[in-house]
Amino acid sequence: MSDKHEKDIDEISGVETTGHEWDGIKELNNPLPKWWLYTFYACILFAIGYTIVYPSWPFPSSDGWTYVKGTADYAQRTEVADEIGAVKAEQAKYVDEIRSADFAAITASDELHDFALQGGKAAFGDNCAGCHGSGAQGFKGFPNLNDDDWLWGGTIDAIYTTIQHGIRSETDPETRLSDMPRFLADGILDRDGVLDVTEYVLSLSGKSEDAARVARGAVVYEEQCAACHMEGGAGSHDLGAPKLADAIWLYGGDRAAIYETVAYARRGVMPAWAGRLDDATIKQLALYVYSLGGGEAAPMEGR
Amino acid sequence: MEKLNPINSPLGTPDAAAVNRGDQRDQLYADRKKVYPRRVYGQFRMIKWVVMALTLSVYYLLPWIRFDRGLGVPDQAFLIDFPTRKAYFFGLEIWAQEVYYATGLLILASLALFLTTSAIGRAWCGYACPQTVWTDLFVHIERWIQGDRNQRIKLDKSPWSAKKLFLKVSTHLAWLVVAALTGGAFVFYFGDAPTLAKQFLTGTAPLTSYLFAGGLTFSTYLLGGIAREQVCIYMCPWPRIQGALVDENTLLVSYDKKRGEPRGSLKAAAAGDVLGDCIDCKQCVAVCPTGIDIRDGFQLECIQCALCVDACNGVMDKIERPRNLIRYAPEEHVTKKGTSLIFRARTFIYMGLIVLVGGIMLASLIVRADLDVNIIKDRNPLFVRLSSGDVRNGYVIRLMNKQHADRPLAIRASGLKGLTLRSTDHAEGKELQVSLPPDDSAAFKVFAVLPADAITEGVLTSGKGEITFEIVDMDGHVISRQNAPFNGPRS
Ligand code: SF4
Ligand code: SF4
Repeated sequence: MSDKHEKDIDEISGVETTGHEWDGIKELNNPLPKWWLYTFYACILFAIGYTIVYPSWPFPSSDGWTYVKGTADYAQRTEVADEIGAVKAEQAKYVDEIRSADFAAITASDELHDFALQGGKAAFGDNCAGCHGSGAQGFKGFPNLNDDDWLWGGTIDAIYTTIQHGIRSETDPETRLSDMPRFLADGILDRDGVLDVTEYVLSLSGKSEDAARVARGAVVYEEQCAACHMEGGAGSHDLGAPKLADAIWLYGGDRAAIYETVAYARRGVMPAWAGRLDDATIKQLALYVYSLGGGEAAPMEGR
Repeated sequence: MEKLNPINSPLGTPDAAAVNRGDQRDQLYADRKKVYPRRVYGQFRMIKWVVMALTLSVYYLLPWIRFDRGLGVPDQAFLIDFPTRKAYFFGLEIWAQEVYYATGLLILASLALFLTTSAIGRAWCGYACPQTVWTDLFVHIERWIQGDRNQRIKLDKSPWSAKKLFLKVSTHLAWLVVAALTGGAFVFYFGDAPTLAKQFLTGTAPLTSYLFAGGLTFSTYLLGGIAREQVCIYMCPWPRIQGALVDENTLLVSYDKKRGEPRGSLKAAAAGDVLGDCIDCKQCVAVCPTGIDIRDGFQLECIQCALCVDACNGVMDKIERPRNLIRYAPEEHVTKKGTSLIFRARTFIYMGLIVLVGGIMLASLIVRADLDVNIIKDRNPLFVRLSSGDVRNGYVIRLMNKQHADRPLAIRASGLKGLTLRSTDHAEGKELQVSLPPDDSAAFKVFAVLPADAITEGVLTSGKGEITFEIVDMDGHVISRQNAPFNGPRS
């Protein structure tokens, strides 16, 4: 190395240069400002302290990689768990109230009702939307819960019971159960008889053109169907027998669909949720479904 | 008032040299040279005092003015209330969704700045800018404690002693007190001032208010006490922008070269030299808070405070020559014989824009509704067929009540034949009654039902229609009218 180490001082600024030169341009060797330098040192000190207090250095151990735990015994996982716990604890107050209050009391409190509807909406998305659709709009064979046609009743209490026990659930002895005979398949009616009844059912909503069949069908209906579906197709919530005189058809309202229903019956199922969801959630679900706007006012409800 | 003798001043000035000089500017990376502005008396100094008194008292006192708005609403005339997301300014109430008024205000402020700058240069910088006002205040504090220019220079040059230490420490302490008062005053704009003041002193105020007060105390101390003219010269973008706004008609503080040059001392004049009016006493340099020599011409560093005008006029009075060797004049005016044109195309355009923007804001303030209506239609499902064959659409109507009282209202719908409304409570009819809490918003679920025969009669074209919601007050006046789509089956 050369020991001829002359300082090259820039004429204008009086500052030492780095000694390099590029096409006549020299670089000044300005030192870092002091405050900057000390901030930098402070950062180094801070970093050392930080690695002592908080989890830091990874190192291999007998069961894979682990890390220095730090003196503060801090972990983001515990923090997240704490936060979730805090939220749960806050919600627990409402959930407890919902569990113990009846529906009238819940709807009477705006705060509780809002909470129940939000909770119900979330639970609906998780558990019910698969069949009934994310907007509860239903599909063929899966009832639309927004409308005012209810197989088993549309009061909050009826909806609550349906969710609890399901429809034709194999696990729940108290499940909603209606057994329409498969008139053709079981040999109760012949093809013509089924066609006659189909025509009569169509006539209930003014969609028939064959008066002779309607007349014959009316007799068969009286004998076979009126017990459940009632006079004039009024339906029965107690028996889960659909109204036949309205505009809503779960499996379609044209001749072919009705014929198929009479001939082979339809037996939709819904799980019983009582064992799977806790009671507070089921209550919230009932309130949410009821709030969709198709619910029936309960007779005793003053609201 | 002490008498100023330009030649033999009791403070002895004549060796003042501009710190920031044109011929030194190629000297890069030089350390800052401290500026010691000398005290000055005169017309513009007076204006600066008045502006300082005005701006500071507005700043410190505004949060303490009360304005009765009724029960349950803050009675502070000027309050920015973050928890409720509202800003109050006397009778005016701005909600968070109306921040565009703040944008309008900023546009107005910049237009006003353009107008003044194009007319009289950096008047904002010289008189009203907070940096100027607080720096001026800090310089005066320094002067009261350590004395005027020459005493300060001497003090800085002298070795450390008990007296110097005492003077320096007490100056910085005084600055810190003023800075703390400044930072403290700022937080009062964001909370009820009397309550906050009490909390602040008892240590129960929210942490953020301490943080903000502390931060602002520090920045005021740093910018007003230490950084001073460096903020104007190096940190502020405005000197760079103003060049585009200033033209040959703008009134700028300038030195009349024709009249002043060649400069020379009175002695030289007495000796028979033919000289201009400038006696080279350098008073204009000594008083300049940014440390420049205005005789070098218009410069980026000049904040147009006109203190040099006052200084030079004092000198001219003493030597019995006409005033205004340095004065507010258009550049042209100094060199040629031009006329100043405050009213010219450029200023008229700015004035027009100010009137326009101000007018738009005023008009929108006058007509703005105290009820906000927001209608969201259910999209899932788009519509519901009821068992009767009727078609039902769901809407969420969010109403925001800007009145300080409960507000009973009715919601109506029209536009399609036979339309009725239904609420979730099974109430049904042509209109639904709702009640809004004061200063709050509420959402209502509303169903609109179209009868089955309307569908068969083809009231909807290819399954689509439009209905009109009306929000009606108790006297039957329609406050708001809004359209919303209505969907049904393609019959
Ligand atoms: S311009 Fe006025 S104040 Fe400045 S040196 Fe000349 S006479 Fe003195
Ligand atoms: S030159 Fe004159 S007007 Fe400009 S900053 Fe200095 S004292 Fe103020």
